[in-house]
Amino acid sequence: MNKVLMQGNNVIAEAAIRAGCRFYAGYPITPQNELCEYMAEHIRKVEGGVFIQSESEIAAINMVAGASAAGVRAMTSSSSPGISLKQEGISSMAACELPGVIVNIMRGGPGLGNIRPSQGDYFQATRGGGHGDYRVIVLAPATCQELADLTMDAFDLADNYRTPAMILADGMMGQMMEPVVFKEPKRRQYPERYMLKGAGEGKSRFIKGLILDQSDMEEHNWKLDRKYQVIMKNETRFEVYRAEDAELMIVAYGTAARIAKGAVKRLGDSNLKVGLFRPITLWPYPSSELREFSRKIKNFIVFEMSTGQMLEDVRLALQGFADIDFYGRPGGVVPTPAELANVIIHRYKKSSKKKELC
Amino acid sequence: MKKVFGRPHSLKTSVFHYCPGCGHSIAHRITCEVIDELNIRGITIGVPPAGCAVLAYFYFDVDMIEAPHGRGPAMATGIKRVLPDRVVFSYQGDGDLTAIGIAESFHAANRGENITVIFINNAVYGMTGGQLAPTTMLGQKTTTSPLGRNASLDGYPVKLSELLVPLPGTTYIERCAVNSPANILKAKKAIKKAFQCQMEGNGFSLVEILSPCPTNWKMSAVDSCKWIDEVMTKVFPLGVIKDTPAAGKKTGKTEKEENAG
Amino acid sequence: MLVKTIFAGFGGQGVLMMGFSLSHCAMSEGYEVTFLPAYGAEMRGGTANCTVAIGDEEIASPISSEPNYIVVMNTPSLYSFQNKVVSGGVLFINSSIIKSEPRRKDISFYKIPSSEIAEQIGNSRASNTVMMGAFIQKTGIVSPEAYLKSLESVMGSKKKNVMDINRKAFASGYEYMSRLL
Repeated sequence: MNKVLMQGNNVIAEAAIRAGCRFYAGYPITPQNELCEYMAEHIRKVEGGVFIQSESEIAAINMVAGASAAGVRAMTSSSSPGISLKQEGISSMAACELPGVIVNIMRGGPGLGNIRPSQGDYFQATRGGGHGDYRVIVLAPATCQELADLTMDAFDLADNYRTPAMILADGMMGQMMEPVVFKEPKRRQYPERYMLKGAGEGKSRFIKGLILDQSDMEEHNWKLDRKYQVIMKNETRFEVYRAEDAELMIVAYGTAARIAKGAVKRLGDSNLKVGLFRPITLWPYPSSELREFSRKIKNFIVFEMSTGQMLEDVRLALQGFADIDFYGRPGGVVPTPAELANVIIHRYKKSSKKKELC
Repeated sequence: MKKVFGRPHSLKTSVFHYCPGCGHSIAHRITCEVIDELNIRGITIGVPPAGCAVLAYFYFDVDMIEAPHGRGPAMATGIKRVLPDRVVFSYQGDGDLTAIGIAESFHAANRGENITVIFINNAVYGMTGGQLAPTTMLGQKTTTSPLGRNASLDGYPVKLSELLVPLPGTTYIERCAVNSPANILKAKKAIKKAFQCQMEGNGFSLVEILSPCPTNWKMSAVDSCKWIDEVMTKVFPLGVIKDTPAAGKKTGKTEKEENAG
Repeated sequence: MLVKTIFAGFGGQGVLMMGFSLSHCAMSEGYEVTFLPAYGAEMRGGTANCTVAIGDEEIASPISSEPNYIVVMNTPSLYSFQNKVVSGGVLFINSSIIKSEPRRKDISFYKIPSSEIAEQIGNSRASNTVMMGAFIQKTGIVSPEAYLKSLESVMGSKKKNVMDINRKAFASGYEYMSRLL
């Protein structure tokens, strides 16, 4: 076991290269610059590796689309404002069924916002993000180890479903270092027939998202939707912590879930029974798995580093079967586990009082 | 009997959807003739634009992938870097190349990407219905310059080909027209030269083609061809604009080899 | 156990190296560890700092609002961070550069003239390693042997002679602290 201490941004880049990523295009933006820099230094060292510092985020994603069509694993990365720029290309890749991995190291927003860790891009990431009827597979790591594992998985998922996949992390995940063990990546299984390499002696092919005939376009939309249904059925991932006898459950992802785990751990010594549900895939959202818990648990607190975005998915998942409370710290603030623990204690007491009244 | 004229092999048999008198079909055809003559059909990958030529893959019998509006050179960059031994071209209109995609064009040229751009300049946005383009003539009426292009409000016609000349990454740039048999033959020669430049690894090449758009110019096909000679070429003079084959010579090395020095 | 430390100073004083080498050592010793450097605009203007969290269990937050230890290498860092250290916590001060003392009475602090000690042993740039000697002597988070092993591996084998100076620097800092206590 070869454990290394690496910064999150570098972990993603290294995991991508190990997973066979051979094309990277990107544009500097804090707090993801180290990813771009690591790629510049390392991807060209491997056979066939291409690095381009593009003129813009828009150019980067379209270069990735071209490289992906040409048959290699391709990636781009950015932070919130840059991801907004990439949406045109992401929508286009979804339409053209091109695999590719997009990394969003989120920062405070809206607008230029700031460069502190934030989770304000949940809606953008999980609802497709660009125009049109499509989704992007969204993975939300909470440790550097997961950055490594999920980056490798993102390439596999993108290939399997021929669709863009996103790593949704934040400035803290990107900047922090933790020990990481890189797993052995799976062999790529992506059929030649999807690649555009010149017609040779055979029939020429084209890849397109423009379908002028509305009934053909409708069918294309349903075709994509059928694929998304399969993804929703097969690919949800989540983690639960101390859920066995929990009376209250925190729902949080990424950095917020780390904080929440710390808070739940702190409350472990008290008589409060608090558990944690951490979605790892944000789309597809582990809705039915979360709903299962509402059979026993009637109080949920959604904690996000935003004003409440995943909150909507939790409401959709729980379908009114439990009370949902929300605690948010937007704008780049990362609360301490102690702070969150206090919030939990307060709300816990409130809810038990309510129970007594009933 | 010797066959002296026929449909190019790399042109599909579908009927062009372009308007009567449009220059796209001629540009498509001569590009396909060049592909045949260079015998590169099997290794050519084309990137059609958003615009009238968005359906180019119905006509070109080569592998193609559409790019979002203006992103052709970025898409072509991605493909060419992964497959350096293929012939990669992007086919773009004036709005695509000189307005929304000028950053992608300029920087692909500046990096000396070893690709070819076929640039159709018809001085309007064709597909969207004849709006003002960066290349619209001063005084030219369009649906968004109903009183004619006014320099103080709408700026001046952009001469992109000339703008790319100072970039060391560009190797061959020529402006042609497809409004007369003689010009069409010259345009074909230019496209062939541009493709050859790419095949020799010389870097970025671009052929600008002044192309009639009778529908949006609201002229007959014949008048459109005349208008190119009488009006457009005054601002966009025809001829070779840059020809320096060795400037951006690609070494043929992989990025790994380049990296190792 | 969960111990959080902030290292702060000028850029170029090796502040990030202090945190990184400690983190590396903690990892090698089997601890859970996070290392979080200040980044972006925070780094502009020549200051640098990083937070190291070391624990037995998964670390929830790599950020620290109340660190157990703070190591300050320059005066602005003392002012920025002295109020953050947890009550009962410890401040390590590079007294070669920092002439003032913390005003808080609920913490302890140690003044180590790390720049001067480093100069005495022949390399002023080893001031950070002197400080690490003192820090590890006092805190005992990791053993001196384990730390030096990690330092060597993070510095790479190319810098063999630099490592010799660092060994000396570490030993001097360690010894200085032993005499202080």
